[in-house]
Amino acid sequence: MATEKRFLDRLKTYLLFAGPTTFVFFTVIILPFLFGVYLTFTNWDGIAKTYTFVRFSNYATVVRDRMFWNSFLLTVKYVFYTVLIVNALGFVLAYALTGDTVRGQNLLRTGFFVPNLIGGIILGLVWRFVFSNVLVFIGRSLKIGPLSYSWLANPDKAFWTLVIVSVWQYSGYMMIIFIAGLTHIPSELIEAATIDGAGGFHRLRTIILPLMVPSFIVTVFLTIQRGFMVYDVNLALTQGGPFKSTELISMFVYEKAFLAQQYGVGQSQAFFLFLLVAAISLTQVYFTKKLEVEA
Amino acid sequence: MKPLQRILRAGRHLLLYALLALYLSPFFFVLINSFKSRRDIVSNPFAFPEVWSLQNFIHAFQRMGFIPAFVNSLVITVFSVLVIAVFSAMTAYLFVRTDWRFNKFMFFAMVAAMLIPFQAVMIPLVQIYGGLNLLNSLWILIYMYLGFGTSFAVFLYHGFIKGIPLELEEAAMIDGCSRFQVFFKIVFPLLKSTTLTLIILNVLWIWNDFLLPSLVLISPANRTLPLTTFYFHGTYTSDYGLLMAALMLTILPVIIFYALMQKHILKGVMEGAIKA
Repeated sequence: MATEKRFLDRLKTYLLFAGPTTFVFFTVIILPFLFGVYLTFTNWDGIAKTYTFVRFSNYATVVRDRMFWNSFLLTVKYVFYTVLIVNALGFVLAYALTGDTVRGQNLLRTGFFVPNLIGGIILGLVWRFVFSNVLVFIGRSLKIGPLSYSWLANPDKAFWTLVIVSVWQYSGYMMIIFIAGLTHIPSELIEAATIDGAGGFHRLRTIILPLMVPSFIVTVFLTIQRGFMVYDVNLALTQGGPFKSTELISMFVYEKAFLAQQYGVGQSQAFFLFLLVAAISLTQVYFTKKLEVEA
Repeated sequence: MKPLQRILRAGRHLLLYALLALYLSPFFFVLINSFKSRRDIVSNPFAFPEVWSLQNFIHAFQRMGFIPAFVNSLVITVFSVLVIAVFSAMTAYLFVRTDWRFNKFMFFAMVAAMLIPFQAVMIPLVQIYGGLNLLNSLWILIYMYLGFGTSFAVFLYHGFIKGIPLELEEAAMIDGCSRFQVFFKIVFPLLKSTTLTLIILNVLWIWNDFLLPSLVLISPANRTLPLTTFYFHGTYTSDYGLLMAALMLTILPVIIFYALMQKHILKGVMEGAIKA
């Protein structure tokens, strides 16, 4: 009797404090996730009332789908370049904008961050105008060959427009994270090194960069994750074109499910994306923990 | 200062401000061309408008349905952000202050679910809620934002509540406050800075989100600002002046919000990234 009352009390408290979040969490994430796993074993088209179990045939289709792997490899290439450039540029900006040596530091920080306030769709549309009108105008007026036609119309160049816009979008965000890291480096360390005669570059290499490893773990993994899930800029800027040459993985999955109506296959691809992103995040946790132990 | 140093310093300033100008130039081109006619834009996108006419803005404002879209975005963002903050703070409080086994399990489940990308659940999500005829409503979208936002929010609050000393709450309990009152009168006000960080990160996410609302909000009357702008672009593909004005109208509210909250936003992003 006593335990039963205690149980009811607890249940009441739980429902009062965590009831809404628990219910919404299960109905919006867990249930769809489990239903999604179930979907991968069916051949449902999203409309028909009946469907059959196809066991692993959706997964087999995914493995054999050359278009899917092309899109995946394109995404890997896109992630590779954006991670590299975003982090390098973000760090250089942060390094140049910490300490009291630059006038208008706040204005510069604020300015570089601006693209992050605006959604990917709007950014994509802004750049569509820049690539198809502004740059073409420059190219034609100054007779610069590669700029005289729209990069969005050329399969090779269209890929680079995605990289350029993503670099522009995310470098300011990573700059802010790097600034947070740089301001946490004790100034005594830098001063001591300066007294010992270490020059700027030497200080950077032997003191600052090693101390910035935790920041780099955050920014690199954040860029990787966002890279694999990018959709908005892809849709607004290139729409996957020309000739499906810039269809990154998220857009590929979207089209498979909602336009080609192959929900089972689409969900199998989405599940593959989940495994990949989860593995990346767990690697990040592993590195962070390892670093904490060493420190 | 030595002359060489002075030159280096000036060079660095020049480089940084030139880079900033380059960064902001896309917005500049949108701005100057939003006052021009299509013909003037095509003939020279660099030229300033001969007359600063608001014609494009008036047309874009009316034809895209700026006001309804803005109101939809505002309703969705404000309500989502509020329910995420309040309900998640309550949940995190319970998880920190009681050591029931089920709480530990739920906390673990929520943190683990942060690994699931949106794309992994979007297809079944649309299937389930579409099957129940629940799509196409602002409120169901707010409900979903609570679902997608609560894990991170609980995680963020959990870390902060752990650091709050128990004595305050115990004193209030002795004075006869219920746990519910203790939370709202004592704990929640103490969480102000965490709440502000969370609100900023969520406003940036929800105000700008495209994929989820594009799947949930089917009828044009329910569309948010990014959706409306995107479909407007699809309708008036080559009427550049109109399109640039529409983009300016969408960008402007965000810039005003940024100007007012600039310090908090940069701080929020820093803290969010460190804790996450």
